[in-house]
Amino acid sequence: MSDDLYKQNLWDKLKKFTSARIAIGRTGSSIPVHNSLEFKLAHAHARDAVYSRLDVDKLNSELTRFNLPVLNISSRASYREQYLQRPDLGRRTDDVSNEILQANKGKYDIVIVIADGLSATAINQNMIDFLASVIPMFKAAKMQLAPICLVEQGRVAIGDDIGAALNARLSLILIGERPGLSAADSMGAYITFSPKQGLTDDSRNCVSNIRPQGLPIHMAAEKIFYLIRQAFRKQLSGVQLKDDSDERYFP
Amino acid sequence: MSYRYTINNHVYRFNGLKDLLAKASPHRSGDVLAGVAAATYQELVAAQIALSNVYLKNFLNEAIIPYEFDDVTRLIIDSHDAQAFGMISHLTVGGFRDWLLRDDVDEVVLRHIALGVTPEMAAAVSKLMRNQDLIAVASKCRVITRFRNTIGLKGHFSTRLQPNHPTDDARGITASIIDGLLYGSGDAVIGINPATDSPAVTANLLNLVDELRQRFDIPVQSCVLNHVTTTIGLMENGAPVDLCFQSIGGTELTNKSFGINIKIIEEAYEAALALNRGTIGQNVMYFETGQGSALSANANHGADQQTCEARAYAIARKFNPLLVNTVVGFIGPEYLYDGKQIIRAALEDHFCGKLLGLPMGVDICYTNHAEADQDDMDNLLTLLGIAGCNFIMGIPGSDDIMLNYQSTSFHDALYIRKMLGLKPAPEFEAWLLKHDIIDDKGMLISDSRNRLLKAANL
Repeated sequence: MSDDLYKQNLWDKLKKFTSARIAIGRTGSSIPVHNSLEFKLAHAHARDAVYSRLDVDKLNSELTRFNLPVLNISSRASYREQYLQRPDLGRRTDDVSNEILQANKGKYDIVIVIADGLSATAINQNMIDFLASVIPMFKAAKMQLAPICLVEQGRVAIGDDIGAALNARLSLILIGERPGLSAADSMGAYITFSPKQGLTDDSRNCVSNIRPQGLPIHMAAEKIFYLIRQAFRKQLSGVQLKDDSDERYFP
Repeated sequence: MSYRYTINNHVYRFNGLKDLLAKASPHRSGDVLAGVAAATYQELVAAQIALSNVYLKNFLNEAIIPYEFDDVTRLIIDSHDAQAFGMISHLTVGGFRDWLLRDDVDEVVLRHIALGVTPEMAAAVSKLMRNQDLIAVASKCRVITRFRNTIGLKGHFSTRLQPNHPTDDARGITASIIDGLLYGSGDAVIGINPATDSPAVTANLLNLVDELRQRFDIPVQSCVLNHVTTTIGLMENGAPVDLCFQSIGGTELTNKSFGINIKIIEEAYEAALALNRGTIGQNVMYFETGQGSALSANANHGADQQTCEARAYAIARKFNPLLVNTVVGFIGPEYLYDGKQIIRAALEDHFCGKLLGLPMGVDICYTNHAEADQDDMDNLLTLLGIAGCNFIMGIPGSDDIMLNYQSTSFHDALYIRKMLGLKPAPEFEAWLLKHDIIDDKGMLISDSRNRLLKAANL
């Protein structure tokens, strides 16, 4: 029996049914080096995404095309290790940011909040294309947009502080999702009607896995626009606001 | 009652057992997040010294969470076995640690006292133990359970085959099951985490695994890890449910956040027993736990996360489970930050569970935002193998493509079995031999011309 045969499973044909790491062969009882390194590379992508930074200069310059003011906001978590261990700090804006927000208080329909979350890579790669798709829809519907807030070390709930401070009727948070081994560039979107401090996840609607190989950007934009119109119509968001476009799948 | 200890004229005061237990806990991010951790290394050791002088009897008189407010506390107090406690009732927590390590305190003695030990006593003594103590005492405990095979025997080591798929695709799940079986995995349970909680999808998956099991006469049990109320409905409708699964926590409010209470679990337990599907035993429950769940539900009452975790085991042992699995690194770095904290927590959970008489397994795992990698999992796997852990997870290439975290692979289980001379559950081992998957030395047969593959026509 040649060594090569140990490394090839005879059930390779099953691979077409799943993306799970099946039929990867063995050397002795162990995973062959090729698959072992492939796994390490996927984990490296995920780790690098967790520690990636928002490309603030580039994003600020690209955001100018939307003709909206941009506010650069920070959470109370001052570095990544602290952010990872203290989610409570990532949910609150720091003192300097609070002053910036107060100075921009107005009367808005929607505030768009962009936060690094657990993958700044996801934001660096997907956010501008997404806004280019969704902002024209808001403008066509005569929705009043607040300054765009670009947040470092932010969690989802930081949109509550921001929405309340700016006096926006609804917040749309775009945030990097926790990287998996298969994708490190997933962006999530959270919609919160009447944002204020102390809300929990059941008062938000979430659209997940926004990336070219996941939920494509234009489809995500349409879905989110639909949900936001429903939220304004029903004056609520969260578990009581169903995405009717999906309901036909659950008769 | 207040506790105190003085070091270099600094008096450390601890406001009751709850505070003392929290301050005596080896450092972890979740206790810092909760605001209950010791502020300095010296305070931590002061708390441990103060705790070592507390009598075990005190734990019967001072509840961590009041009896009136919490059904887990009521269960702990009402089910305490005073006779079993007799042998250790004179001991302090420190004395208990030394007693547990004595050579004449063996498997038989430990089984005798199990029902006299409360979760808080187990948590307390674990806080005074080094990792090697946790391993040494746990390895003396044997907890053996049965359904269609025997799990937990000395010299044996089992795996839960976890063939998850992001859309619950039947062919995708089957492919992972066949892969696992051909690597000798699945004797603890073939357990699927469904992507949805839909009863129809679950019924399909249950039928799929049941047909596979019957067609190849595999001595294993299956489980789809739904919410227990979904499983109750499925049992009423005649679905082939072997094991009832539920996640449980150590406080009434935690369980409320899971949408359950002890009564609902009781109902599921009775229904599963009535199905009488086990061939050699009737351990019909499968529980999962994990440090941090109480704080995450805002339901920890100021208690540290390891004490809350141990309290969940009181619920588990009421229902004679086949499997209890602490999913140690799944919850994320705000509770267990890095490999060191994950390893410590896993050894504590395994020790506390075994001491209380539970068939403990560990999902040796981490998420991508934790400071951990597969090397940490290898370390933990090796330690748990020595500690006599009943089972671990078997996941294709360690990568769960539905839950998006990393655990142990089929290969990892083969590694630890080979290193420590451990075998699968005996009934499953006989099946693997019969189907030419392993040889009589327990090694995989390399050309894999076994009957399973032939029958599957691959």
